[in-house]
Amino acid sequence: MNDSNVFADLADETLNIFLSIGSILPYLVGFIAIIVASQTIWHRVRNSVDAGDSFNSLKTVTFGDESTVVSNKSASVLSVLLIFVLWGAFTGSQLLPSFLHVPGPFMGSGQFTYTADNGAGQVDTASVDVIVHAAGEKADKPKVEAGDGFAANDAIVIQVYRSKLLLWDKNDDQKRKTGASIVKVDGQSISKDNAVDVGFARVALTDKGTLNIVPHKGVQMESIYLPSPEKVWKSLVTISKDGYQNVTLGEHLGFSLWRVVMGFLIGALVGIPLGYAMGLSNWFRGWFDPVVEFMRPVPPLALIPLVIIWAGIGEEGKVVLLFLAALWIMAIAARSGVSGVRITKIHAAYSLGASKTQILRHVIIPNSLPEIFTGARVAMGVCWGTVVAAELVAAEKGIGKMIVAASKFQNTEIVIMGIILIGVIGFAIDVGIRLLEKYLVPWKGKG
Amino acid sequence: MADLHIDNVSMRFDLPGGGSVQALKNINLDIKSGQLLSVLGPSGCGKTTLLNIVAGFLAQTEGDIRLDGDAISGPGPERGMVFQQGALFEWMSVRKNVSFGPDMKGVPKAESAPEVDRLLELVGLQEFKDKAVYELSGGMQQRVALARCLANDPDVILMDEPLGALDALTREKMQSLVLDLWKETGKTIILITHSVEEALLLGERLLVMAPRPGRVHKEYYLPFAELGVGADLREVKKHPDYNSKREEILSMIWEMEEEIMGRTEEES
Repeated sequence: MNDSNVFADLADETLNIFLSIGSILPYLVGFIAIIVASQTIWHRVRNSVDAGDSFNSLKTVTFGDESTVVSNKSASVLSVLLIFVLWGAFTGSQLLPSFLHVPGPFMGSGQFTYTADNGAGQVDTASVDVIVHAAGEKADKPKVEAGDGFAANDAIVIQVYRSKLLLWDKNDDQKRKTGASIVKVDGQSISKDNAVDVGFARVALTDKGTLNIVPHKGVQMESIYLPSPEKVWKSLVTISKDGYQNVTLGEHLGFSLWRVVMGFLIGALVGIPLGYAMGLSNWFRGWFDPVVEFMRPVPPLALIPLVIIWAGIGEEGKVVLLFLAALWIMAIAARSGVSGVRITKIHAAYSLGASKTQILRHVIIPNSLPEIFTGARVAMGVCWGTVVAAELVAAEKGIGKMIVAASKFQNTEIVIMGIILIGVIGFAIDVGIRLLEKYLVPWKGKG
Repeated sequence: MADLHIDNVSMRFDLPGGGSVQALKNINLDIKSGQLLSVLGPSGCGKTTLLNIVAGFLAQTEGDIRLDGDAISGPGPERGMVFQQGALFEWMSVRKNVSFGPDMKGVPKAESAPEVDRLLELVGLQEFKDKAVYELSGGMQQRVALARCLANDPDVILMDEPLGALDALTREKMQSLVLDLWKETGKTIILITHSVEEALLLGERLLVMAPRPGRVHKEYYLPFAELGVGADLREVKKHPDYNSKREEILSMIWEMEEEIMGRTEEES
């Protein structure tokens, strides 16, 4: 392959992406329209209930005034609600009243007719009874009368979202071998290039002259692509009770969290003193600057293959990976925490008779704590993302391992449940560190 | 006793881009114990450099500084410093900030507590002693800085524009406080300021410095600090000499500023 091929390929891909964007544009516009419309409705409703007299509502200039822009709680609630409603509507969720569902796949029975030509100009019409049943259910093929003429009536049973070939001539007197063929379906002429819609299904003629019956799928998502919310919830309940593949949910989560905490703690234990040394000594800064500046932009995910080669897929490898993910972030945070101390504070401490050790203990370390907490938030976030990715690649237990195993068995509801759990836990970690920060370094940003 | 003896001190340092700056040239000063000296001058006259040398944060390139005969070679608790702002420790309460000096010396809490309380009373912050310093206003924070410096019982107090970041009203109150503390404690005080009025009101002795190279341009001995102790400073400003001195020094500094501007224009 040469370079011009690469450019041509990338140009093609770029075009494809823009075409995809173009195709979702109408939906995007619709979504924004919903947001704006709901805002208008909300304002109407609120104004009719209570105009409100907060200080912000008395400001005449609001557009561009950052202080008047606060997150609207009602909008947040509506936004999340809409996501669930859309989710439910497109999955036929039982939690939603059925009038909110988008059209689902055809289920039940339907009938169409076909008209066969025996090859000698004689035609005869027969009916086909179609039964579409839900996945996991069984349906008996209905018995039908053969009817008159050379074409006998047929019946066929199809599972929802599947299609089936109808060997219509099997019970007919005139076979395809002898020149019989179908010329019309439901009275409309049919050919290989021209399928017929019979109301509940699309009927097409195959190359071999059989009929391919494709019942309408509607616009709902198949459960294998997007399970309904209640299915996801049910999978959470069963898996937290019975576990997945003999490993309980608590064990999966526990292992992931344990790896993150271990990797982060060791990373902080090494990184913070390293950062202090870099912030306090020319020599140490010179020594470690090239290493830190080189390692910082290397995404921890890129280290996964090397860590697996070196340490295997056991716990050490993962802890080493997370250690490396946290190390540079914590070192840089501690370094900037030390460099960020105002020289007047150091001068003041010296003038008050403090020794170097006392200045480190009473001025430099407390002064660097806000930066270190900011670093800890970033590091924990990166570690949490990295552990999931590492488990996707290779692990025996862990939340990432759980979703990758579930995806192999197409247990999409477990995959989605896992993703939601990962998000919730990542958010909880961030909130936890922020609370700890508020409690331990109340002076942050007030120096 | 705390006599500060500054003998022929010069300061010259190289610039990173080549060339050098003569920040101070042949400064000679004798500051008697208990003197309140204010130092005034246009920007770049080296007044902060001089203060930093006395504090021990910078080493002079020539000359000699002695406090009671001992050469100064670094910062020390006998020379306390009050900065413009941002030198308090936000992670400590008001009280802990004030007792920082004694704490570092290892003085037991029980021993230092009465003095810390007395100083907090003196600067009027007794009821705020358990507050965090960032909860205090700018003027209150400077009171904490003053008390913290005094708690260490230094021989000399160095003030680097301590009231520069305060609003006019707070500033006037703080000027009275500085005078009262000076009278009460009898400390030697060197005060750097940008404000001619402040230098006149607070300086028992006033130095006007000139730039390029930094040097002492003129020196005054003034009655206003003595008059201002325990008195209304606005009354002191009505003193017949006050306005004439103010005009004299202002025009002196204006001339220097204009000279600097002219020179930089020629250079560029």
